[in-house]
Amino acid sequence: MTVSVISAGFQTTVQDCGRVGLRKFGVTPGGALDPISLRLANLLIGNLECTAGLECVSGRLRLRFHDERILAWSGGEFEVRVGDNLVPILHCARVSTDAEIEILPQRHGRAWLAISGGINVPEILGSRATDLRAHFGGWEGRALRDGDELPLGVESELCARVRDEIADQVSDWSAPRFVGRGKLLRIIRGKNWDDSMGRKLLAQTFRVAMNSDRMGLRLDGEEIAPASRRELVSEAVTPGTIQLPPSGAPVILLQGCQTIGGYPKIAHVITVDLGYAAQLQPLHEVGFELIELEEARQLLREREREIALFRAGLEARFG
Amino acid sequence: MKIDPLGDSALIINLADKISDSSGLLARVLSAAETIERAKLPGVIDVTSSYESVAVFFQITQLGPDFEDRIRALIASAGVRVSGKRRRVEIPVCYDEEFALDLKRVANHTSLTPDAIVALHSSAEYTVACIGFMPGFPFLAGLPQPLCVPRLESPRTKVSAGSVAIANAQAGVYPLESPGGWNVLGRTPLQLFRVNESPPTLLQPGDYVHFRRITRAEFDVFKQ
Repeated sequence: MTVSVISAGFQTTVQDCGRVGLRKFGVTPGGALDPISLRLANLLIGNLECTAGLECVSGRLRLRFHDERILAWSGGEFEVRVGDNLVPILHCARVSTDAEIEILPQRHGRAWLAISGGINVPEILGSRATDLRAHFGGWEGRALRDGDELPLGVESELCARVRDEIADQVSDWSAPRFVGRGKLLRIIRGKNWDDSMGRKLLAQTFRVAMNSDRMGLRLDGEEIAPASRRELVSEAVTPGTIQLPPSGAPVILLQGCQTIGGYPKIAHVITVDLGYAAQLQPLHEVGFELIELEEARQLLREREREIALFRAGLEARFG
Repeated sequence: MKIDPLGDSALIINLADKISDSSGLLARVLSAAETIERAKLPGVIDVTSSYESVAVFFQITQLGPDFEDRIRALIASAGVRVSGKRRRVEIPVCYDEEFALDLKRVANHTSLTPDAIVALHSSAEYTVACIGFMPGFPFLAGLPQPLCVPRLESPRTKVSAGSVAIANAQAGVYPLESPGGWNVLGRTPLQLFRVNESPPTLLQPGDYVHFRRITRAEFDVFKQ
């Protein structure tokens, strides 16, 4: 079975949790820019949490289904409709044969749509994620276009049981929604952090530059002078790394980033806040709050524990 | 050995010391990366290396309390990778004007003739220090000193796949079409990144690489 893309929106891609263990080949983890949002949406409808779904950015995405499915979405401020029914964030909705769904951003940001059975494109290097930069994975290695027909996978028994529990069109249960701190992203020190650069990073509100993408957010603000002009030896970088190129304008690396870089690593956005960074679009404002490494790790452990509890709760109810 | 956090879910371990030269250091780095990968410590999801350092990526919820100590112990036990294990890979390159976009620029910078540049570039032995920047892109150490030329002042928005290029003390090959600021000297018909093969890259860290000059006609034959 397939789902028809009537209107592809802008930069809509097939994404899952990305490629693991391939950095030594220069292959970026990639996948959903906010993996937690995709995982929660998948869990809600009975999919495995890293099943491939769609990452929506802007423009109006319209899909038509040809069989019965259930779906859920998460992410920024979007309006999602199945026919005339509004689907609130992190709720499940039934989709009947020939139904149309519409996803419309209310504000610039990103949303992740999970469909029961998942988008069944071929796995490449262990993942169905689209790598837009290297043009592979996902649907033909590219963003969706009007008229594409995406193959859907077979629903699990769990999906079917979840569907049976939805009395009306939309479920009366939902997944936990994790909210960020508005414009503030929490960071920890990077190995090239120094206090004078750090003060400049923490003291100002930056604006996301136009040339930002899935690789990284370039930030406009008061220039931060690097501590030394010495060229650094290229080494590993990772999503969340804040690099400081010679221009003095910091760059926050996102999930689609390269695997190694030579610019100073002044800080890292903590993993639990990366999903909020993924919502930032050009002209948005962003600032930083410094926390300690151990706190960042504790927050991540707690976040994973909450997701595990949610998963266990669903299994107890439907399993 | 200096261990730093790389965000909240990875460590980066720098192995540079006062004694090792760059090839000795690279050998220790590759050996350390291999040893950590083989140990399959609980929670470790990825291990990668570059010129001086190894990075270890993990899932925090599965990590043991003595993780950093175990990494230290593994690196201490790793020693130096035996160079006999390394592969030698020959990369055919067509240096014709059509592909050698920056041969003149390099000639101006170095006061060498284009033929002398090609002769130097294709006679050296290189070592793959790491793969990065894009899938399959090899960072090659061993560029002859006279060929050290800075990057382009403004990067090209499009460099063709297969472009063989140099920048500062490094040599490399663009596996895919991409923007780039390195000086392009020629083009190889080989595919350096193949998504459907295992491993997906033609080159691995530690491989020895030679460039061999081919004609335009040979290039076309290879392409087929």
